[in-house]
Amino acid sequence: MSIPAFGDSLITYLIIAALLFGIGFYGLVHRRTLIGMLIAGELILAGASINFMAFNRFLAPDPTVGQIFTLFIMGIAAAEAAIALSIIIAVYRNYRSIDVDDVAELKG
Amino acid sequence: MVPLFSAEGLSSLVFIFIVMTTVLGAVIATHSERLIRAVTGLAICFIGVAGLYYYLNSPFVALMEMLIYVGAVCVTIVFAVMLADPKPEGDTTKQSIFTGPLSFALGILLFWGLSALAGKTTWVAPVGRVNDGSLEEVGRALLTNYSMAFELISVVLLVAIIGALVLAREGRTRTGGES
Repeated sequence: MSIPAFGDSLITYLIIAALLFGIGFYGLVHRRTLIGMLIAGELILAGASINFMAFNRFLAPDPTVGQIFTLFIMGIAAAEAAIALSIIIAVYRNYRSIDVDDVAELKG
Repeated sequence: MVPLFSAEGLSSLVFIFIVMTTVLGAVIATHSERLIRAVTGLAICFIGVAGLYYYLNSPFVALMEMLIYVGAVCVTIVFAVMLADPKPEGDTTKQSIFTGPLSFALGILLFWGLSALAGKTTWVAPVGRVNDGSLEEVGRALLTNYSMAFELISVVLLVAIIGALVLAREGRTRTGGES
């Protein structure tokens, strides 16, 4: 019995990253609440990070660049989540709802 | 191909398990009606992503993934879910054209397009590595080549903390004035 060594090929990681990106995009369009959209956005960022790490492992001449880029993505994503969640809390205090269809006062 | 009953075969089995964990967590995160379950799915997905980073020779980034995403971001989202108290999505009657099959088709299209692009491109392996990518090299690069970005991201985080405090505090005084 034998099994393919999936963990050693670049294309496996690229397909996983594309799958996470697709699921995240689907959730971003499909979700009706702001927190759900934020969760889908985190999935998209995770897909991008996996891409960077895969290229770093298999293709980069300097294997520290991708790791540093991923660490920076994590820092920016943490800042983005904190700001987005405080905006969501402020929206909830004003509208008593975080549904994107209820927060439509500026809609023409 | 490696034999199943060996160290490489076992590692390949664990890799398949990690990939399934990641995809299952992502599906839970986008498909569950209650947001608290979606956050749990997101945490499961990030644990799987940390496993993938481990397979990509970066245990430090895997550790940071667990620490920052599972430990901080998911817990913060749980706090927001508790404060905002969203209603489940299933009983909403408002449906636009984007929420139905069109969003699913768009996601499938993106996945297929990106995978086909990754499969068709011929990737060129590097002729050599300038270092081994260990944690020591990462720290050295952070404090020499990337020290400017390293300092700037701390400023960004400081501004984000202050901005989050200001935004949350403003709403509190307003409701306090009303009551």
